[in-house]
Amino acid sequence: MTVLEALLQHSPALIIAIPLLSAFLLPLVSRIHAKVRDVFALVMLGVTSCFVGLLASDVLSHGPRIYIFGAQNLRVPLVRILFEVDSMGVFMAIITMMLAIIAVIYSWSFLHQEDGLDKYYTLLLLVVTSALGMELTGDIFNFFVFLEISCIASCALIAFWVTEGEALEAAFKYIVVSSIGALFVLFAIGIFYAQYNALNIATLAHLLLFTFLDKIALVILLVSLGMKAGLAPMHMWLPDSYGRAPPSIVLIIMSATLASFYGLLRVVFTFYGNVLTTSLRFSLPAHVVIGWILIALAIVSILIGVIMALVQTDLLRLIGYAAVAEIGYMFLAVGASIAALGTSYATVALQGGVLHILNDAVDIGLLFLVAGAIYYVTKKRSLDDLSGLARTMKFTTVFFIIGLLAVAGMPPLNGFTSKFLIYESVYQLNPILSIIALLGSILLLAIFVKVLYAAFLGPELPGLKDVKEAPKSMLLAMGFLAGLAIFIGLFPNLLLDTLVKPAVSALLDHAQYISMVVGGL
Amino acid sequence: MIEYIPFIAVVAMILIGLYAVVFRRNLIKIVIGISIIESGVNLFLIMLGYREGGVAPIFTSLPPGTTYPPEMVLPVPQALTLTSIVIGVAVLALMLSLVMHIYRKYGTLDVRKIRRLKE
Amino acid sequence: MFTLESGSGFWNPILWILVLLITFLLFYGIRGFGKSTYKKGTEQTKAFLSGNKEPSPEEMHIKASNLYWGFTTSMKSLYSVLRKMHTGNTSDYILWFVLVLAVLLLILGVM
Repeated sequence: MTVLEALLQHSPALIIAIPLLSAFLLPLVSRIHAKVRDVFALVMLGVTSCFVGLLASDVLSHGPRIYIFGAQNLRVPLVRILFEVDSMGVFMAIITMMLAIIAVIYSWSFLHQEDGLDKYYTLLLLVVTSALGMELTGDIFNFFVFLEISCIASCALIAFWVTEGEALEAAFKYIVVSSIGALFVLFAIGIFYAQYNALNIATLAHLLLFTFLDKIALVILLVSLGMKAGLAPMHMWLPDSYGRAPPSIVLIIMSATLASFYGLLRVVFTFYGNVLTTSLRFSLPAHVVIGWILIALAIVSILIGVIMALVQTDLLRLIGYAAVAEIGYMFLAVGASIAALGTSYATVALQGGVLHILNDAVDIGLLFLVAGAIYYVTKKRSLDDLSGLARTMKFTTVFFIIGLLAVAGMPPLNGFTSKFLIYESVYQLNPILSIIALLGSILLLAIFVKVLYAAFLGPELPGLKDVKEAPKSMLLAMGFLAGLAIFIGLFPNLLLDTLVKPAVSALLDHAQYISMVVGGL
Repeated sequence: MIEYIPFIAVVAMILIGLYAVVFRRNLIKIVIGISIIESGVNLFLIMLGYREGGVAPIFTSLPPGTTYPPEMVLPVPQALTLTSIVIGVAVLALMLSLVMHIYRKYGTLDVRKIRRLKE
Repeated sequence: MFTLESGSGFWNPILWILVLLITFLLFYGIRGFGKSTYKKGTEQTKAFLSGNKEPSPEEMHIKASNLYWGFTTSMKSLYSVLRKMHTGNTSDYILWFVLVLAVLLLILGVM
């Protein structure tokens, strides 16, 4: 066995272990020098990304991988934890690592005047660990543990600006909402364990019978993971915490939010994959009911997100509401693909939804970074106090325009590619859904044109005469995301073929996921 | 009937906790409510660990004639509950420290007055 | 590599950029037929406000909260409902969670 093979074999464990251990090493390292600490955080994330890349290339070419913590042989079936990594998990891990690295680069300049940065980086790495754990684990209780870690660490990060009462309020709301959500997830896990004596996702999916208790567990998991992902009408914590956390942190919380969304996909497609076609009363298949429930909630999310964003004056909060609308698009695609399970456009819808996870991370992330840059140079939150920033912040303006067009789904940027797939496939399920989705995009464009006009155009206000362009590391972070937005827009097939299509087929092919554990070991 | 009483207690505890979170105004009471929900869920997990006539899962001191696994109680629910309790303590500590800081900034613990972030 | 297939249609960013480029060239060509009577620094460039004095640009800037005034006013009934919904009260966040949970349990319980 070569070194590379050994590293590959243990990479699922290392991907969790490296950020986790370096998180607790960071306070020690930061005693040396602040610069060393900053570089250490980036290097450790870089090493983790290398392992993610290694694992991704293997999983994409050789199929899912299993990593066993604990007993290797099956004499004691439950005293071990499995990590099961498939293309979908790898896709999410890549997004998480991208967001984490950009957030760290951005934080270098953005927070260099603040205190307590050793704890900041520790918590940041912990959230990254938890998001990666949620994405790679094959054990439902393990999923809960990582969910709680992400909840605790992100709550502490939201309250980073502890001198502001609003930040504390947002953090309190976040922890109340997410800890109750996580406790209900644990309750659902208890229901599974009570019936099937197993905690492994693949084993459970194999045994699942869709009894009445399973229906209850499904509803609890859908609603509580949906709440963690920011689905309306349980989205209210999201603009609060996104609007008050430091913008670099928003990227990290977003990766945890997207990991919850991934958990929901895993629950519906893998857990209940065997029983989705069971007929319920009125000879309606279960997947139609679940799909239309998700579609209804998604439509509410899109509409509430855009309508509320239109009247916001706080820039960060406004983008938070736009993020709710973007999450609605993902749920719309997923709901449509569940409702129409088995048809060809269901696959296209799911491809659009999965690609939109990446596009949402890029677009909303870019907008948050731009809003953070504006906050950094002006120290103002309200759009009413801003004007004429395009004169002094030329690069930031360009990045904002790219983010604006991308988030509104304007061709040829990345937002359009996934929204195009969503419109075209949802149209075949019901044309009205497509119209609402288009309307949401138009309103998103209107919202961000308003921001462009109010903040960047117009005369220079007296208080803003001496603003400067944002520092280099912040420009670098924004530039990377803007470049990615253009790149995905121009070469949509490159990503779709290499990452998204394997991820979608891994989601839809639950039999393979199950047989990896149940049949082979 | 008697074997269902613990499950009724679980549901009752979760409902009491939700009632406290939704209808109580004091932040501390909301935190207590979350704690009660957590205890309810933990009780649920512990309940699942009970196997009638089971023996302790110690391989070296099994009573003669026991076969694995039906007669052995797997310690998984206990392990889950311990993990959940540890996580619960962390969440509780974090929430209480947030409540303390919020009281310093807002001068009140009434949840209806702590809403500068709205709309 | 550039073409995105959706089963019922396709999307090609390069085609789109080409079309935009041709449109721009056409537009530029048509613009060339016009007369250039624009003179910088004369009365031509000043705003005409019925003889009133032009206010300073700082006063003329429309603030963000005044933009889309017409839209928000005409949608007032919708906005009053939505504003009432977003109370900012932590208990209400959980109440929404419980409500959605109850409704979905009812739907799947009946089914």
